[in-house]
Amino acid sequence: MTAPAGARGAGRAIGVGRTRVPLGLAYVLMIVFLYLPIAVLFVFSFSTNTTLRFAIQGYTLDWYAAIFENEQLLTAARNSLVVGFLAATVATSLGLAVGIAVVRFRFAGRGLLIALAGAPLVVPFIMLAVALFLLFNLLDVPRSMFTIAAGHSVIALPYATLILLSRLVGLDPAIEDAAMDLGASYPTTLRRVVLPLLGPSLLSAWLTCFIVSFDEVALAIFLAGGDQTFPVFLYGQLRFAQTLPVMIAMAVLLMLGTVTLTLIAFLIRSRSE
Amino acid sequence: MLGRRGSLWFLAVPPYLWLVLLFVVPLGVVAAISLLPGAGRINFNAGWPSLNQYQQVLETPAYLRRLGISVGMAFVIAATATILAYPVAYFLAFRARGRATIFLILLLVPFASSYLLRVMAWKLLLGREGAINWVLTSTGLTHEPAGLLVYSQAAVVITLVYVWVPFAALPIYAALQRVDRSHLEAAADLGAGPWTRFGRITIPMSLPGALATFFMVFIPTVGEYVTPSLVGGTDGIMYGNLIQDFFTRAGNWPLGSAMAVLMLLAVLVLVLLALKLVDLRRVAA
Repeated sequence: MTAPAGARGAGRAIGVGRTRVPLGLAYVLMIVFLYLPIAVLFVFSFSTNTTLRFAIQGYTLDWYAAIFENEQLLTAARNSLVVGFLAATVATSLGLAVGIAVVRFRFAGRGLLIALAGAPLVVPFIMLAVALFLLFNLLDVPRSMFTIAAGHSVIALPYATLILLSRLVGLDPAIEDAAMDLGASYPTTLRRVVLPLLGPSLLSAWLTCFIVSFDEVALAIFLAGGDQTFPVFLYGQLRFAQTLPVMIAMAVLLMLGTVTLTLIAFLIRSRSE
Repeated sequence: MLGRRGSLWFLAVPPYLWLVLLFVVPLGVVAAISLLPGAGRINFNAGWPSLNQYQQVLETPAYLRRLGISVGMAFVIAATATILAYPVAYFLAFRARGRATIFLILLLVPFASSYLLRVMAWKLLLGREGAINWVLTSTGLTHEPAGLLVYSQAAVVITLVYVWVPFAALPIYAALQRVDRSHLEAAADLGAGPWTRFGRITIPMSLPGALATFFMVFIPTVGEYVTPSLVGGTDGIMYGNLIQDFFTRAGNWPLGSAMAVLMLLAVLVLVLLALKLVDLRRVAA
C-alpha cells in the first residue's frame, strides 16, 4: 500500500508552497462524525435499557441471546440471505454479459445497453418500487422473496456492471485471440480464459451486489408479501418498543457481517488491480 | 462452433430482456396506470384514459408544497454532503499519499453498515432523552433538555447527510485523482500560488466529479420515504411518504402513480437544467 517513488516525488513537488488548510483535521473530524453514532448504538446494544433513553442503566448480553429465540427474526434473516444470493447471482451474471458485450463488441444498441444498465442508479427507488409493485400486480405474480430478488437484481446491476467493466477494459484482448488461434471456440475462450482472469473481480462484484440487496429496504417494503427480509421486518418492528433492544442487537450483528464482506470485496479488488 | 459474432447474441440479449421486462416496462406501467380515471386499485372499467389524476395532484396545494419541500430538502442534503465530502476527498487524493487506500476503507466502512441501523443511531442521539441531550444536561451545559431534536425536518436532513457523506467522497476522489499533476507543477513554475492553482486548475477539473456526487445523492433523496417516516415526524415527511401512503393505507393506485410520474419528471427537468447550466464537456476539457 505504499505509493511508487515517482508519485511520492510528485506529491512533494506540489507540496511546496501549499495552503495551510488543515485537511488532515477535516478527515479526522469526518471519521469521528461517521463512527460516533454507530459506536453509541453499539454500546447501547449491550445496555439493559429497554427504550431509546440515556443514561445507560447497566450492561447485559440478554438481547443477543434473545435473537436466537425469536423465530420470526431468524426467518427474516434467512430470507435476506436467499434474496441477496439470488439478486447478486443474477446481477453479476448479467453485469458480466453487459461488460463483455460492451467492451469486446461494436454493435447497434451498444450505447443504449450501457445507458440502461446504469439507469437504475438515477431513478428514485420509490419510483422503481411502485413500478414493480404495479407490474407484479398486473401479471398476478404473488409477492414473495422472488419478487424482492428480481427488484434487487435491477438495482444491483449498475454496481456489477461498473466493477466488471473497469476490469475488462484492462484485460488484453490478445489473450483471447491467442486462445482462439489455438482452436478454442469463443464460448470456450470466455469460460476457460476470461472467467478465470476475472475471478477476483467477479467475486468482488458479487459481494457488492449481495450487500446492496441485503441492506435494501425501500424497494423491499413494496415487494415483500409474507416473506419479509430482515430490513423489512426491522422497519416493521421499530414502532414496537418491547422488541427494540433485540432488533438493535441483531442489526449490530448483521452489520458486523456486511462490514466484513465489504472489506473482503475491497481487498480482493485492490489486490487484483 | 459458435463464433465471436454469434456469441454477442447470448451476451447482449439476456441483459436487454431483463432490463426491458423489469425496468422499462414497469415504468411504462406506472405511466399507464396514472391515466386511469378512477380511484382505488386498478380498475380498467372506470372510463377512458384521462389526465384526471394529474389534475387532482396539481390542484392540491398540499401535494405540490410537499414536492417543493422534498426537492428543497434533497438539494440541501446533496449540497451539504458534497461540500463536506470535498475536503476529505482532497485530503485522500493529495495529502494521504501511501495511506490513501486504508484511509478510504476507513471512510467507506460506515456506508457498508446497515442503513436502518444508522438511522436508528440518530434517533438515539437526537431523542428527547437521547445521547445529545443527556450529555448536554449531565455536563451542566443546559439545565433542561433541549426541545425535541428528533421528528423534524432538521433530523431528516442530518440523518440523510450522515447516510450519504461517505459515498459522496468517492466520485470527487476519483475526479481529483485524474487532475493532471503536471498542470499544477507548471502553474507553480509560472508563479501561481496554492490558492490560484486550486481555483484555476483543481476546482474546474474536479467539478464534473462534484456534480456527479451531487446528483447521485440528490436523485434518490427526492424520493426518500424510509428515513422521514422514522425520524421526520409530521413536519419532516417527504413527497415519497405521500406516494407510499397511496399504495398502502389510502389505497389509490392511479393517483399514487401520477404523483410518482410527476416526481420523476421534476427530477429529470432539474437534472437536464443543471447539465445545461454547467456544460460538463467544456468544464472537463
